[in-house]
Amino acid sequence: MALPDELEALNKAFSGHGIHEQTLISILGKWHPEQRKSFRKGNPNLFIEDERNFERWDDHHVRLLKHEFMRFKNAVVLWTMHPWERDARLAKEALKKGPQSYGIIIEIACTRSAEELLGARRAYHSLFDQSMEEDVAQHINGCERKLLVALVSAYRYEGSKLRDDAAKSEAKTLFDAITNDKPIEDDEVIRILTTRSKPHLQAIYKHYKEISGMNIEEDLDADLRLKETVQCLCTPQQYFSQVLDMALQKDVDKSTKKALTRVIVTRADTDMKEIKDDYHNQHGVSLSKKIEDTAHGNYKDFLLTLIARGG
Amino acid sequence: MSTLTLPETIPSVPEDCEQLRKAFEGWGTNEGLVISILGHRNAAQRKLIRQTYAETYGEDLLKALNKELTNDFERVVVLWTLDPAERDALLANEATKRWTSSNQVLVEIACTRSSHDLLLVRQAYHARYKKSLEEDVAYHTTGDFCKLLVPLVSSYRYEGDEVNMTLAKSEAKILHEKISEKAYNHEDIIRILATRSKAQINATLNHYKNEFGNDINKDLKTDPKDEFLAILRATVKCLNRPEKYFEKILRLAINKRGTDEGALTRVIATRAEVDMKFIRDEYHRRSSVPLDRAIVKDTNGDYENMLLALIGHGDA
Repeated sequence: MALPDELEALNKAFSGHGIHEQTLISILGKWHPEQRKSFRKGNPNLFIEDERNFERWDDHHVRLLKHEFMRFKNAVVLWTMHPWERDARLAKEALKKGPQSYGIIIEIACTRSAEELLGARRAYHSLFDQSMEEDVAQHINGCERKLLVALVSAYRYEGSKLRDDAAKSEAKTLFDAITNDKPIEDDEVIRILTTRSKPHLQAIYKHYKEISGMNIEEDLDADLRLKETVQCLCTPQQYFSQVLDMALQKDVDKSTKKALTRVIVTRADTDMKEIKDDYHNQHGVSLSKKIEDTAHGNYKDFLLTLIARGG
Repeated sequence: MSTLTLPETIPSVPEDCEQLRKAFEGWGTNEGLVISILGHRNAAQRKLIRQTYAETYGEDLLKALNKELTNDFERVVVLWTLDPAERDALLANEATKRWTSSNQVLVEIACTRSSHDLLLVRQAYHARYKKSLEEDVAYHTTGDFCKLLVPLVSSYRYEGDEVNMTLAKSEAKILHEKISEKAYNHEDIIRILATRSKAQINATLNHYKNEFGNDINKDLKTDPKDEFLAILRATVKCLNRPEKYFEKILRLAINKRGTDEGALTRVIATRAEVDMKFIRDEYHRRSSVPLDRAIVKDTNGDYENMLLALIGHGDA
């Protein structure tokens, strides 16, 4: 008979992010057929009683398990990939998955430097025989199309020179558009967010707060895409720390869970330290500790190693 | 094909610089010498000359040209001497600052340059104007023009030959539908023209003609006074048949009462090293007059000589 804490350990090994390989080896590997049978009988969520008198793996759970086993492999492959190929593939996948993943396209277009985004567009040509903007335009319609095509096509100026008077008047433009509802349909909003340099946008946000009393992303609660855009452009570490927090919750959907790998792999070389700091400030616990508690096995060790680099 | 002619033995770069310096010295300028050097050097050579001139004499060659030369002659020599990406950045910046709905320069730059060259223009724009090209275009253009021009200048088109025929058919249908509905600023027309590769657009336009009987530009000519339709037609032509587009601009510039030197200079300076030969031949075919003869008739002095040199005329 399987011991209750062995069962608990085993169930834990199968839940969360990744697989606890050691537990599976040390417990499951040693069980006789009767122990494994009682495990199957005692877990109706994993095994279905078949009419022909045997306990059958539930297909859905086998798929879930497959994903968990693949988490480490996916992280490794993504990590070793050239950043351009990585971003191109992430964008393509997000486009194929549909509206719930379009935030990833915004993430890539807005948090990468101008040269990194350009690189991703180059890689897109090589990998998919198309331009990124043509693919995005083809799959998305309406106002979102205008926003996303412009975001992925941007080649923003990266110097510090900016005109404060223009920033002030553009802050007012944004404020008026947001107050009048449906800002995503406003061409001026799109123009400002998709063409201005990041330092210029920082100046706009400062003036916006003076006009509105609120931070611009707070006023954009009703418009998810614009909110993501604004966050990614000017407070990326906060944005990433929020995405990580959601990914590390219990019982989240597949796409939200995948964000853990994506964010850590894509930011480990860039601003991981600032993301960790923000996470700690927001949640009172270090990101490493949270990953330690939530993820398992090789996948967990790999992530912890990535985020420990560079302090 | 380029119409630029290089001498059989090219002097060394320091020699060229020395000669140019001599041309500027003293009262007046030896314009003929300037033409005989700069008018017969390619982009790489001109870049070296500019670098070496600055190192040797502590002055940017362009500044010297600005000081010594005047009017149309100065304009053509300065534009010509600039590195192609810088040149396009300058032309684009001028176009945004003095933008009118009949201005086609932005369309020319966005649609006739290769994806790679357009990128270089955007980089040169950052360096020179401390802003991005698209932010200036977005700020200075309005309405439907803005809707079309911003995606055009931001495009980074796929440059392969692969064509999806099914897509070409369906997009030809979309174009025809929207044009028939007179929805000329429809987001799908803009999407197709601003994002598809040139090869794909070519296939789409061929299918358009096969299926619906007319060239798309014929269908886009329903109102000859509509300036947005004119820009759409220019976009199509620049993407598909740039030599024909430039030939027409040249012909209009020359035939215009008084000659449009701005356009004449721009086309010759920007195309001399690219496809001027085709443009020149097309001009002859279309006007029954060789281009050099038309230029001799319509312009004079050093300006005329520089233009002739750039289009490969005799021993100008």
